[in-house]
Amino acid sequence: MKETTVNVDEKLAVDKFNVDEGNPHIVLVEDPDPTEFEKLMLCCPAGLYQRGPEGEAVFDCAGCLECGTCRILCGDTIIEKWEFPQAGMGVSYRFG
Amino acid sequence: MADFDAVVVGAGCAGSVAAYQLASAGKSVLLIERGADAGAKNMTGGRIYTHSLEAVFPDFAEEAPLERKITTERISFITEDENTTMEFASPRLGRPENASYSVLRGPFDRWLASKAERAGAECIFGIAVDGLVWEDGHVAGVSAGGDEITAEVTILADGVNSLLTEQAKLATKPQPHQLAVSVKETISLPAQVISDRFRASDDEGTAWLFAGAATQGHAGGGFLYTNRESISIGLVATLSDLCTSQVPIYQMMEDFKGHPAVAPLLAGGKLVEYSGHLIPEGGFNMVPTLYADGCLATGDAAMLCINLGYQVRGMDYAVASGSLAAEAALEALEAGDVSAAKLAGYQAKLENSFVLQDLKAYRDFPAFMEGTKRMYDDYPAMLAGMMRAMFVVDGSPVQPVRKKMMAPVKQVGLRKVLKDVRRGVKAL
Repeated sequence: MKETTVNVDEKLAVDKFNVDEGNPHIVLVEDPDPTEFEKLMLCCPAGLYQRGPEGEAVFDCAGCLECGTCRILCGDTIIEKWEFPQAGMGVSYRFG
Repeated sequence: MADFDAVVVGAGCAGSVAAYQLASAGKSVLLIERGADAGAKNMTGGRIYTHSLEAVFPDFAEEAPLERKITTERISFITEDENTTMEFASPRLGRPENASYSVLRGPFDRWLASKAERAGAECIFGIAVDGLVWEDGHVAGVSAGGDEITAEVTILADGVNSLLTEQAKLATKPQPHQLAVSVKETISLPAQVISDRFRASDDEGTAWLFAGAATQGHAGGGFLYTNRESISIGLVATLSDLCTSQVPIYQMMEDFKGHPAVAPLLAGGKLVEYSGHLIPEGGFNMVPTLYADGCLATGDAAMLCINLGYQVRGMDYAVASGSLAAEAALEALEAGDVSAAKLAGYQAKLENSFVLQDLKAYRDFPAFMEGTKRMYDDYPAMLAGMMRAMFVVDGSPVQPVRKKMMAPVKQVGLRKVLKDVRRGVKAL
């Protein structure tokens, strides 16, 4: 994967979110398969699947746009739990 | 006795229309939406063709919060720094029976849900449906927020990520080649600036699709729609191919915005929303079973979308399917029989309408688009080569144009080109 120049967090910062702290609606398995994880690094529009400084898999579902891409690609492999956020939580599009 | 005649899950185009029709016919209806308001979880490119909306709301053009009427269509094949565009501008695109409008789902869905509410549907927002309620193997309502809500008929309008159609055993989880992820930026600009940049009056605008460098050679494309005071710009990329990319989709998006064909049009604009959504692109072959005992599937939950590259439709199918689901549910409620055998009337209605006829007519097209990767790299480059042959002058003695024009075609291979044209025409 090529280096990225864009900071997707700055884009997410303009969106309206209610983050359900401590109650993630998407949970990965421990030690996710790197090939599967890379698919999500490429396809998640919010860039939530990243590699940390040691090359470790880093994922945080805050900033999730609830598109479902990860469920479709890896719902049967490295995703342990995929639900919609609880009532009133998650992204609220104002324009859509 | 059930709590409601009908419960509708999801206040998007299909759900709100179904709830409106049923409530207007005097049925007790509950419309449940997980977003804090209708539209809060929805996103479109996008544009809605309004023929089916007009059939339900004849006065929609005065009432609905639509953006601009689309009177200019553009299709571009782009390479990294070149752009070959076909533009079609016509007042015929704007005739009431043919009209389409750019739209933002926040305001639009709120309006649509308000129509259902005013017709008498009970609407609850900010409540997620956890699952279906079953009675003797029939769908008999939904469980939401810890409560069971029973209904004679349950209409699933819970969108492309419908977990409920899977629970109802109508569908299995779609495959990555059947879905595309879309990312969109809504960029605000003064109305006058948009009108000037797109040579449009204040109420009219442009729909624009891009193939090639937008998705850096991968299956999919770019889109741009002019709203009243914003531009919707984004990408659509087929998941099975995107996951072989060298570049993540958000970086593709940034690169696309920097393309010389689009960058000047966005200049000075401010990002006001960044959104993502899935699109069912598998066509007729991915349409699930549409009914079961006590249950119907509509809109994106029924995968009713088509992407022909030059024409992208979903919301008009969603509106029509919501309306037809309401008709079928009404007939079943009147007959006191909500079995699958009776609700099969919904499928017949869809088959007799443009909805399933369109999807059937184009059923081979998704495989063509997926299997013809040249569409996303070789052909944009070939067209740019042909354009260079026509327009670039270097002062050296001229070559015959036919020779110069054929060179880029030969680079791809004339037989390949002819074969792709033949396959594409056949799939359409």
